[in-house]
Amino acid sequence: MSETLTFEQVQETVHKEVLPNGLTVLVIPKQDFQKTFAVFTTNYGSIDNRFVPIGKNEPVNVPDGIAHFLEHKMFEDEKGDVFQTFGEQGASANAFTSFTKTAYLFSSTQEVDKNLTTLLDFVQHPYFTDESVEKEKGIIGQEIRMYDDNPDWQLFFHLLSSLYHHHPVKIDIAGTVDSIQQISKEDLYTCYETFYHPGNMILCVAGNADPAHTIELVKQNQEQKTFKEPEPVERVVEDEPAEAVQRVSTVPMSVNTPKCMVGYKIPVPDKEGKALLRYELTIEILLETLFGAGSDVYESLYREGLIDDSFSSEFMLERSFSFAAFGGDTNDPDALADRIIQAVEDAKSTGINENQIEVVRRKKIGSFLKQLNSPEFLANQYTEYAFFGLYLFDVIPLLEEITMEEIQALLPELFQEHNRAVSRITKKQEQSS
Amino acid sequence: MLEEKTVDSHGLDVRIIPTEKYKTTTLVLQIKTTLQRKTAAARALLASVLQSATDTHRSRKSIRRYLDELYGSSLHADVQRKGEHHVISVKMEIANENFIKNAPPLFQESVFFLQQVLENPYLPDGTFDEQVINEEKRALIQRIQSIYDDKMRYANKRLIEHMCSGEPFSVHPYGEAEDVEHLTAQDLMNEYRRMLAGDDMCLYILGNVTTDEAQKAVSVFSVSPHPQDSSISPETQEKKQTEEKEVLETDDIQQGKLHLGYRTPVTFADEQFSAMQVMNGMFGGFPNSKLFINVREKESMAYYAASRYESQKGIILVMAGIEPGDYEKASTIIKQQMEDIRGGLFTDEDLEQTKTMLKNQLLETMDHPRGLIELYYQQRMAQHRRPFENWLKQIEDVNREDVTDCAARTVLDTAYFLRNEEDHT
Repeated sequence: MSETLTFEQVQETVHKEVLPNGLTVLVIPKQDFQKTFAVFTTNYGSIDNRFVPIGKNEPVNVPDGIAHFLEHKMFEDEKGDVFQTFGEQGASANAFTSFTKTAYLFSSTQEVDKNLTTLLDFVQHPYFTDESVEKEKGIIGQEIRMYDDNPDWQLFFHLLSSLYHHHPVKIDIAGTVDSIQQISKEDLYTCYETFYHPGNMILCVAGNADPAHTIELVKQNQEQKTFKEPEPVERVVEDEPAEAVQRVSTVPMSVNTPKCMVGYKIPVPDKEGKALLRYELTIEILLETLFGAGSDVYESLYREGLIDDSFSSEFMLERSFSFAAFGGDTNDPDALADRIIQAVEDAKSTGINENQIEVVRRKKIGSFLKQLNSPEFLANQYTEYAFFGLYLFDVIPLLEEITMEEIQALLPELFQEHNRAVSRITKKQEQSS
Repeated sequence: MLEEKTVDSHGLDVRIIPTEKYKTTTLVLQIKTTLQRKTAAARALLASVLQSATDTHRSRKSIRRYLDELYGSSLHADVQRKGEHHVISVKMEIANENFIKNAPPLFQESVFFLQQVLENPYLPDGTFDEQVINEEKRALIQRIQSIYDDKMRYANKRLIEHMCSGEPFSVHPYGEAEDVEHLTAQDLMNEYRRMLAGDDMCLYILGNVTTDEAQKAVSVFSVSPHPQDSSISPETQEKKQTEEKEVLETDDIQQGKLHLGYRTPVTFADEQFSAMQVMNGMFGGFPNSKLFINVREKESMAYYAASRYESQKGIILVMAGIEPGDYEKASTIIKQQMEDIRGGLFTDEDLEQTKTMLKNQLLETMDHPRGLIELYYQQRMAQHRRPFENWLKQIEDVNREDVTDCAARTVLDTAYFLRNEEDHT
């Protein structure tokens, strides 16, 4: 089942084929590019810590940080380190783990077929030993230590643990130095077998690539391998109350400039397809209107010295959670938190400016076009959306369509007192003296 | 491969890279002078002030709304240290109107706006607005102070301050907070006039634009041509190698930050440049480098262990995040890797792999609009043309002896370690 989707306005074409083993293959050719970028993604991330293993009936709990640990361990097999193979073939390879995805990627300007084969083969060949699992704990331990010292990361995760009672989004993606000690090679195989089935994965190639040739190569590669019959993945997610856990969290760190972030836990909407994408974009327009660099609020906060250009807003909508967050560096975290909350309340009572929405709409369209210059963005974002059954290139027409009323209607339901929390990083030096 | 062309304008040096590859047009204005403590702070503040108010758009908000209306055109002015030069970069990226329903022509308008930012700032009483200055001073000071909050950046800054103490390179491009604090509107005005009159300026235009269109658009600029050599080649003092320095500092952190600075006389214009790139690549430039394999993979001591070659200055910087107690061991392993390259302890496969990775990296950089502009500007700065075909060929031609020679000419200058106090043994 092969299809070609053409998106006239942005002049992009996407070639898609779902293989018999369930793997979705996407190719987005970009003319004139030197590089080919490929990303092989499983719909499995740090929040998937409770699930029914494939072939079993009862749910299990796995140690925090295991999806990320697994990502690290995939790069090694009987023959050694796959970075070496990519190196020989002139590719630069990497991987990342997010709340809901684990992605393996490379980019190269030569030997693309070989590199693509290497990518498919190493991700589809788990090989873990007790010894190599133990050795990785030192490396990941240092990765966690690095994040322990990173105030922006701490600000963000303390906000999430103030917002969420049970949902695993509040757990650091890499876990903790203690939690990773519990990981065994058996745990890794359990997670691998459950979540790395081709039916749970998407391969996306963007840049310098011939669609027919690429799809054929992947097809032949997959035909040589056998997989179990696909089974729907059964994840267990505990009910999450609407209320935040606590109003404020404060963490002193060795910083010169304190930080503050205000977050709202948002219920996951009962929508899918275009309606879901429309909902997401509506909220993005709303946030940019309220807190973007062209907003009245941003201007007055800047003038009063409460923010600098690190100030930003963020909206996340994922499989089983959603939240919005605003903040950045500030010399007065309390005052900034109050002003952000006040700005949200003001918008709820007086509404938002229609002219400003038109300006923001244009900005979002232009910014989206800029991102399309990057094969990495195209492949990663197209994949993200494809897991939801959404099409990346619907973004521009939807941005053009969304109405003032839709934006206005969302305001009161999203931002309330009970679903709100504030996270602060303060100067440790001051605390001790 | 994309080629740059020179556009004939009255004064400004304008380079255009015409291509249909992107959905945007990129403008980068580079304003270069020598790096000195006495002007760095003023120029950093000037970059912020210029992008905050023009005579037609007299506030940040007014500028931001104007740019948003131009379909999210971006404007970003900042300062960088490139070798011993201080460069103000004003960057704009504009959507190509062909992809937007009923959009007005955006390119001409953006070039005109860029000209306003440079040549027609808001000067209410013949000088910059006090309020804008004070707001931008505060933001800049906060940005300077926040370097401390990112421990990797902070350790890197401290290493360079110790290693290059007394050299222009030790000056941070943002300047010092106390210098920013003391700047007056008059200081800023003086620096602005001096910049317009004396700095080397170059505008890059990359996108679906013809030479004619570019020429027409840039005719709005009135800056006069400056002799290109007004600020080139500050004496890269070949510092006499004295004892290796070791600097230990403490901070309330979990992970120790180990940063090592090596010196080399080889810079961008040098014949040995590509060999030095290969040497650095093999040392710590890639995931198959000696640092990655030995510090991370073999010893599990670090998550990151890498090196970077600053080719405008001639230094190689190593960085690794380690357990504080591993300082001696990690330093020894890192130094040994350089020794091993000097002694030729690497395989032909290592050499070939590194060359392949390096060529790939260069080709990938060309896919990125600002990356490509950066590659051209690097050549302009060093006054050394290195056409990409030649560059790739030069990398290809690097042999074993070239690499060991480069390693022999790379000498450790300073080891810097930042760690917590408790674990001190």
